Amino acid sequence: MLEARDVTVRYGRRAVLDGVGFAVRPGRVTGLGGPSGCGKSTLARVLALMLRPASGTVTVDGRPVRGWRQRASRELRTSVALVYQQPRLAVDPRLTLAEIIAEPRAAVGRPAPERTGALAAEVGLTADLLTRRPHEVSDGQLQRACLARALSLEPRYLICDEMTTMLDASTQAHLVAVVTAYRDRTGAGVLAISHDDVLLNRWADSVTKFDQFSR
Amino acid sequence: MNALVVEDLTVSFRIPGATVRAVSGACFEVRPGRCLALVGESGCGKSVLAHALLGLLPGNATVSGKAWLEQGGERTELLGAPQAVLARRVRGRSVGLIPQSPATHLTPVRTARAQLQEALRELGTPAARAGERADALAERYGLRPADLDRYPHELSGGMAQRVANAMALAGDPWLLLADEPTSGLDRPLVDRAMASLRELCDEGRAVLLITHDLGAAEQVADDLAVMYAGRLVETGPAGRVLGHPRHPYTAGLLDARPDRAFVPVPGMPPELTRLPDGCAFAPRCPSASPACGTPPPTVDGVACHHPREDGRA
Repeated sequence: MLEARDVTVRYGRRAVLDGVGFAVRPGRVTGLGGPSGCGKSTLARVLALMLRPASGTVTVDGRPVRGWRQRASRELRTSVALVYQQPRLAVDPRLTLAEIIAEPRAAVGRPAPERTGALAAEVGLTADLLTRRPHEVSDGQLQRACLARALSLEPRYLICDEMTTMLDASTQAHLVAVVTAYRDRTGAGVLAISHDDVLLNRWADSVTKFDQFSR
Repeated sequence: MNALVVEDLTVSFRIPGATVRAVSGACFEVRPGRCLALVGESGCGKSVLAHALLGLLPGNATVSGKAWLEQGGERTELLGAPQAVLARRVRGRSVGLIPQSPATHLTPVRTARAQLQEALRELGTPAARAGERADALAERYGLRPADLDRYPHELSGGMAQRVANAMALAGDPWLLLADEPTSGLDRPLVDRAMASLRELCDEGRAVLLITHDLGAAEQVADDLAVMYAGRLVETGPAGRVLGHPRHPYTAGLLDARPDRAFVPVPGMPPELTRLPDGCAFAPRCPSASPACGTPPPTVDGVACHHPREDGRA
């Protein structure tokens, strides 16, 4: 279980999360909804070990997180992956799509070029797209690469923060199907964040609306 | 009556070693009191089409076909028009642009009021009256005059959007071009944005809405044009297109919605640098046949060799 307990995050004097508890269970798709600005993405960043909360604890499969960002232990850091809303802001524009997908494996010193092709096929990217850079592909194609990148180290938990908000219905259905297939294959836990209730009700095993939290 | 008429509009870009055919033979009309939604996935060419109409394409673009505004019995050509004509007669005055991302559309170092009043003055409001006009426009969108005195970073997403809407109306244009106005907004803000587009239609303006969001289009559009790989594959009244899609791509897109089958259209759209000679959708189409190797003619707004039965038949 990926769990946040009694987490508080402040931006300046404003508490965005105030004593929030939340859990993502393995093998399930947990939905999180609520209006923009309510702290969904902040919680996603805390759970992805990208943002250190002012107080509270995060545990990954029972192991407490003691460092955030690059201070997190590699094992913990690579057990949670995050897919962002805007793929263009989430990639290095100098890299090709193949390099983007291969980045996490290269970073942990376990390059596996043959995995890149397999991951690309899984998300529906054709070989000719892999040599291109972000400005040469569409948002939908770039988001496919970002999802492949997130799956490349086989995370125990995958956080999809408005992953399909910018995409058309067909690409959305495809990416959600890829995530669900990954969950079925590996038993990973998925946190699906979206303001689209119709999508969450269809995709998630259970849905929490953020305004239900004690804040 | 005023109208925007687009006939056989084709846009291509030359890039090293290839030609990108971004828009192929688009035909449509938008008239006051109606909203036409142009829907399609990202990269299908719909923003290029909008930019072509406003003369905002980069230098490596080649444009052919025709597009003009009919207003007051006069015809203003849009394609190939000198920038001076577009700047003085078209942009802001005839055609208002509602931008994709209101927060980045505004200049961060000036207050909303400074920008709105500048737009008003540039578009013909006497400087002495710009202040009161700005307040009136703000009020129309539910903003208090004091809200205008804030800087963009002090505005919420919804407020920034309302300021951008007010700026689009500064020159009292009869046609509004909304390019993905809902990207990044949550559902209540999308609903509000669509309701405000509907109001603009109902007061007699024409709206061309460009979006990837079928749900948003459904809320406001009178007519729908579905774009695939640079071609309009199906055009018609919104209720008919959504209720009884005749082109297989439209049907597939509707089936992919989470409140329907939630099944993607198999495969991916073709590269705009390597469009097939025939129907661009054929490689993904369940009803493809050898006939699809030739370009399908557009009959009753549907460009398909095997259109589905019309629901009315």
